[in-house]
Amino acid sequence: MILTTKGLTRHFHGLKAVQSVDFTLQKGEVRALIGPNGAGKTTFVSLLCGRIPPTSGSVTFDGADITALPAHRRIRMGMAYTFQITSIFAGLSVAENVRLAARSQAGRHGSTPLDALDRVGLSGRDDMLAGDLSYGHQRLLEIAMGLAQSPRLLILDEPTQGLSDGEIAGFKALIRDLAGDTTILLIEHNMSVVMETADRVSVLNFGEILAEGTPAEIHANPAVQAAYLGTG
Amino acid sequence: MIRSLALHLGLVALLFALHFVLPPYHHGNLARVMVLATYAIGYNLLFGYTGLLSLGHALFFAAGMYGMALSVQYLGAAPAPALLLGLVAGLVVAGITGALALRTTGVAFMIVTLMFAQAGYLTILYFGEYTRGDEGFVIQQAQRVLWGLDLSQPTWRYMAAWALFSACLLGSLALIRRPFGRTLIAIRENEERARMLGYDTFAHKWVAVVLSGGISALAGAAYGLLFGYAGASFASVQYSIFPLLWVLLGGAGTILGPFVGTLFMFYLIDLSSGITTAYMLMAGVVLVLLTLFAPQGLIGELRRRVWGWLP
Repeated sequence: MILTTKGLTRHFHGLKAVQSVDFTLQKGEVRALIGPNGAGKTTFVSLLCGRIPPTSGSVTFDGADITALPAHRRIRMGMAYTFQITSIFAGLSVAENVRLAARSQAGRHGSTPLDALDRVGLSGRDDMLAGDLSYGHQRLLEIAMGLAQSPRLLILDEPTQGLSDGEIAGFKALIRDLAGDTTILLIEHNMSVVMETADRVSVLNFGEILAEGTPAEIHANPAVQAAYLGTG
Repeated sequence: MIRSLALHLGLVALLFALHFVLPPYHHGNLARVMVLATYAIGYNLLFGYTGLLSLGHALFFAAGMYGMALSVQYLGAAPAPALLLGLVAGLVVAGITGALALRTTGVAFMIVTLMFAQAGYLTILYFGEYTRGDEGFVIQQAQRVLWGLDLSQPTWRYMAAWALFSACLLGSLALIRRPFGRTLIAIRENEERARMLGYDTFAHKWVAVVLSGGISALAGAAYGLLFGYAGASFASVQYSIFPLLWVLLGGAGTILGPFVGTLFMFYLIDLSSGITTAYMLMAGVVLVLLTLFAPQGLIGELRRRVWGWLP
């Protein structure tokens, strides 16, 4: 068990964005988190990595209660987070972006920062300004920054948004490649990515876990179909 | 790496050589510019490299100046310990005000730093019995002999200013090459991303305030000692705006920018006041033109157009 939440809750002025969520992640698994817009997916992962504090409940990472830890301490414990809305150092070079990501975890693993660029298919662009990359490439850079941290838990918030079909295929291969070593929590709307990469799927609806299971089980679940997948 | 080191060492060597060739008037000016540029280097560390716009750096400049001057005047301190006390005063003031001001961001940070500086200015006026307020007080020549070198003499004054400026210039160059400096730049570029990469952004910003305040205080202490005067006007809001202008003109977030901006503005006012009594109008027009056509400052434009490698 690498991550556990108990009764995790976050309210925004009466809006119950996340409501009493009990959630566990096994070491090495790839978990997809799906749900309709506004279901509380981003809020939920923000509670995990400490971007926002919970209203109540607890988060345990690798056996330690991290509920009270600030975000940067959690990241240093081996979490990595990529933003839904691309967040990179636009004014710095591509290489400097991954170096900054790798350095905060200095001494954890041996792989060089530029390997991470290779793995997402951005090699040869080291000297470009990150802000000059195309939108899709900026998304890939953000994923590379996640990889460069050699995290134990990688949280990806809609990583394939804005990627081309070819890049999505590359992304699926990358996730399958990482699976086993790295625990991955993936917020994803693209069903083919969910079906082909996730070991298990959790469905969030109105801030609560609606269902959990293998991709096939979730696909067949009538409640999920009603809430999210559509009946088509 | 090598060429940027060569460039900055070249400037240091050039300033040393200028000591032997400049006519007395410009020699005196350049000594003053070097001390003020040191102040600008301190300001640039926070504004240009960390992305925090302070409107209250006069507080640190004055803390250094009065920390030095009061200990000379009332404790009979020698110049070296007096300079050190000025530096310590600046570090302490920066440490406390920084910890409080950094609880805010953006415009609120500007206002809070401005308010701290105004509080400092009024405190100096309130204790006018000791500080002599706006009138200020003179530091006697006999009190300005550092290790046998009479700092009231143009030669030693210039050399002291040169040594201080060179140390701070090369120190800031070294700092921004180190991981700590790279992290400050990352915070300037995208603080939330830096935080979510595991950097303690508050601690980094606080250290940046303390370093910036310390360099500013050192410049203030040196200014008082070299030019033999301490007064409340150095704590006024004007002296918080000056380093902002110098850094903007020279190029925020460049190592050479603070010096170039200070030199440019000093001579802009000096030359235009020789032509007309409306010299502030001329200076103003030039500043507006520069802001329009070189918004990144002189060195910033040079970096953007020609020398992309400039640190």
